[in-house]
Amino acid sequence: MMIRFWLAAAVACIWPVQAGAGDGKTFITVASTTSTQNSGFFAHILPLFGKNTGIEVRVVAVGTGQALRLARRGDADVLFVHHGPSEEKFVAAGFGVKRHDVMVNDFVIVGPGDDPAGIGGITDAAKAVRKIADAPAPFVSRGDDSGTHKKEQELWRAAEVDAAAASGTWYRETGSGMGATLNTTAAMRAYTLTDRGTWLGFKNKVGMRVLSEGDRRLLNPYGVILVNPARHPHVKAKLGKIFIDWLISAEGQAAIAAFRIDGRRAFWPNAATAGASRSAIGKKNPQPGTVNRRPSGKRGVEQLPDDPSERRK
Amino acid sequence: MGEEFSILPLELDNVSFEAGGKRLIKDLSHTFETALRTVIIGPNGAGKSLLLRLCHGLIGASAGRIVWHGAGDRDPAPYQGMVFQRPIMLRRSVAANVDYALALRGIRRRQRPVLVDEALVHTGLKRFARQPARLLSFGEQQKLALARVWALKPQILFLDEPTASLDPTATHTVEEIIAAFHAAGTRIVLTTHDLGQARRLADEVLFLHRGRLLEKAPAARFFAKPGNDLAEAFIRGELLWWRRGIDRREKPAGEKAID
Amino acid sequence: MPEFGAAFAEALSLVIRLDRDLAEIVWLSLKVSLAAVFLATVIGMPLGAAVALFHFPGRKAVIVGLNALMGLPPVVVGLIVYLALSRAGPFGVFGLLFTPAALIAAQVLLVVPIIAALTRQVVEDLWAEYSDQLRSFGAGPGRALTALLWDGRFTLLTAVLAGFGRASAEVGAVMIVGGNIDHVTRVMTTAIALEVRKGDLALALGLGVILMVLSLIVNGAAFLIKDTVETRYG
Repeated sequence: MMIRFWLAAAVACIWPVQAGAGDGKTFITVASTTSTQNSGFFAHILPLFGKNTGIEVRVVAVGTGQALRLARRGDADVLFVHHGPSEEKFVAAGFGVKRHDVMVNDFVIVGPGDDPAGIGGITDAAKAVRKIADAPAPFVSRGDDSGTHKKEQELWRAAEVDAAAASGTWYRETGSGMGATLNTTAAMRAYTLTDRGTWLGFKNKVGMRVLSEGDRRLLNPYGVILVNPARHPHVKAKLGKIFIDWLISAEGQAAIAAFRIDGRRAFWPNAATAGASRSAIGKKNPQPGTVNRRPSGKRGVEQLPDDPSERRK
Repeated sequence: MGEEFSILPLELDNVSFEAGGKRLIKDLSHTFETALRTVIIGPNGAGKSLLLRLCHGLIGASAGRIVWHGAGDRDPAPYQGMVFQRPIMLRRSVAANVDYALALRGIRRRQRPVLVDEALVHTGLKRFARQPARLLSFGEQQKLALARVWALKPQILFLDEPTASLDPTATHTVEEIIAAFHAAGTRIVLTTHDLGQARRLADEVLFLHRGRLLEKAPAARFFAKPGNDLAEAFIRGELLWWRRGIDRREKPAGEKAID
Repeated sequence: MPEFGAAFAEALSLVIRLDRDLAEIVWLSLKVSLAAVFLATVIGMPLGAAVALFHFPGRKAVIVGLNALMGLPPVVVGLIVYLALSRAGPFGVFGLLFTPAALIAAQVLLVVPIIAALTRQVVEDLWAEYSDQLRSFGAGPGRALTALLWDGRFTLLTAVLAGFGRASAEVGAVMIVGGNIDHVTRVMTTAIALEVRKGDLALALGLGVILMVLSLIVNGAAFLIKDTVETRYG
C-alpha cells in the first residue's frame, strides 16, 4: 500500500518535469571537454547539424579524463575529446569503434600584460616556461591530470624544470577546470597554459594576454569516437554515426572552419575524409592513430601557419 | 451512558508501581464500584496521579493486578476518559479538537459534527468553536478537555487535579460539568488537594500518602472522623512532609517499615 | 565594486528582456527542486516521525546517522546517484542519467536527511507533550503519527524550506548527474558555474541575484502562509 503510494507520488512528481525537458526528440549524448563548450564551439555547430538532421545533441562537458570514463561506462554515445594516447587506448580496449580526426587547436601560454618573466614573443614553449621558472614568476597549473595538464607537464620536462617540487611556491596547482584556472591566474597575475578556444571565449581576462604561441609542441588535436554498441547495446550507434559522419564531411568541416570567437579562429578542421579547406595533413596520415601518437608531429606545424592572419589578429 | 453493559467494577489487587528503583505505589488494593464518585486526596507526591494513570492504563503496574470485572472479553480502554491537570490542546480549532477525539474512537465523519456541537454546547464553548484551541484561556482549555471527553461518553472518567490552576469561577464551571457527567451516569474518579472540592464532590474518599493507601471511607465518615492520624492532620490543614524519623514514628499501626 | 553594479545591471536586463533561455533555466530549476522537495517530504517526514515515535534496536544510531547525513557533501551524493543511474549501474537500463529525473533523484537524496532529522525532533517534542492525551483517546504512536505531523505543520514547514534551500542552491551533485546539458538539465546553479568557468563573472553574479530573488519569493510566500494560517489555527 504505502510503497505503491510512494511510487505513484514519485512518478507523478518526476514525470511532468522529465517530459518537459528535451521534448522527446531523438537525441544523442556526447561526452566532451570543457574547452569545446566554454568556447561556444558547440553552440555554433550543433544548430547547424540539428537543422539538417533533426537530431538533438546533448553535450556533457567535463574534463577529458572524466569524459573517457563516462563513455567507458556507456553513459554517452559519442566521445569528442583531445588526448590522443587515451583515445587510442579507449578504442584498443574495445570501448570505441574507431577514432576520427576532426580538428586541431593549440595551446598558448598566457600571462599578465606587463610580462614580468619576459616571455613575450618566445615561440619555443619550453624556453618560455623555463624563463617563468627562473624568474620565478607565479604559474598556475590545472593540476587535474587533464589533457591540458599533461601537455603542461611535457613542457616542464622539455625545459628540465622540476615544477612539481615548487608546488605551493611559485607553482600553484588548482586541481580544477580551465575556466576556473584562468580565473585564478587572472586574480594572481600569474602565467598559465590554456587551450586557445577557452582563452578566446574567456571574458575575465583583466589585463592578461597571449605571450607565447606557435610552438609545434602546443598542437592539440581533437578526435571523435563512436562508443562501441557491441559493448553497450543501448548506444545510439546509428544516430551517433550520422553525427560523426557530418563532423568529418565537407559540410561539417566547413562549419568548424567558420567558427569564430570575437572574430578569431580557434579550431582548424583536419578530418581525413573530405576536401575541407585544410585537410591536407590529414591525408598524409591516413591512419588516425599515427597522428595521435605524436600530436606535436609535423603536420600541425605545416597546418597552423596556413592561417596566420587570423591567429595574429 | 453506561446502558446495560458496564466495564465496572474496577479492582486493584495489591498493585505496586516502581520507577528508577523506587516504589511509588505500594501494595494498593481497592475496588471502584459503580455509581460512586471517588475523590483521591493526599499531599503532593502521594502517588495520586500515578494511581489514576495505572487505572487508566497509561502506565503498567510493576506488580499486582488491575481488573475491569465488567469488561469481559472487551477492551476496556474505549469506555474510559481522562482529564489532565494541564490541559493538552492540539494545535487546531476548538471544534477540531473534539472532532479528532471522536475520529480516534472510530466515529464516522458524517456523525461527528452533531456530537462535536453537542459537547461544545454542553461545556459552553460553542462560541469558540472556530478559534485555535491554544489561544483559549486556561479555564476554557480545561473546559475543552472536558468537552472532548464528553463527546466520547465514557463510563468512567478520571480527573487529575482538574482545577489545580484555575480561579474560583472556572473551578465552579468545571465542577458543574463534572456534576453533569455524574448525572449522566459516568463514574467519576478525581484527585485533588482542594479539601473543599473533595467535600463537594466525593461520595467516597481515598487518602494516599507516600504511595500507600492509608484510608478509604465514605465521604461523610471520612470528613467527620478519619481513622488515620495522618489523614486527620491533612484534613486539619497541617503540612505533611516526610522525614525518615517522623515517618517511622507516625506510621499507623500494622504498616510495614518503608524501605 | 564595479562587478556588483554590472551584476545587478545584468540581472535586471535579463529579467526585463525576459530572456527565453533564462526563463527556461529558472522554470526547470523550480520544477526540479519543488518535485525533489515534495518527494523528500513524502519520504522524509514519515521516516523522521517513525524514528521519533518507535523504539527499535539501533534507533540512536539512526538518529545520529540522520543528523550526520544532513551535512552530506553534495558531490558525494552526485557520485552515488551517478553510479546508480549510469548505464553500467543498477538502474542504468532506465536511461535516466543526464535527464531531469537524475537531478531530482540527487536532490531528493540531499534533502531527505534534512527533512527526516528535523521532523524527528519536532515530532519527538510534540509526542512528549501529547502522548498522555492521545493514548487516553486510544491512539498509540502509530495512529498518532499523522496527527503529530499535522500539528507540527508550522515547524515542519521550516524543515521543508530548509530542504528547498539545500536543493535549489546545490551545484556539485546536479552537475555530475545532470551534465549541465543546455535545454535539458541546465539549472540556475550549473548555469552560474558555467558562466564562472567562461569568466563572465557579471553574468554569473546576475544569475546569482535572480536565484536569490527566487529563493526570497519562495521563502516569503511560505512565511506569509504560515503567518496567516497560524494566527487562525494556533
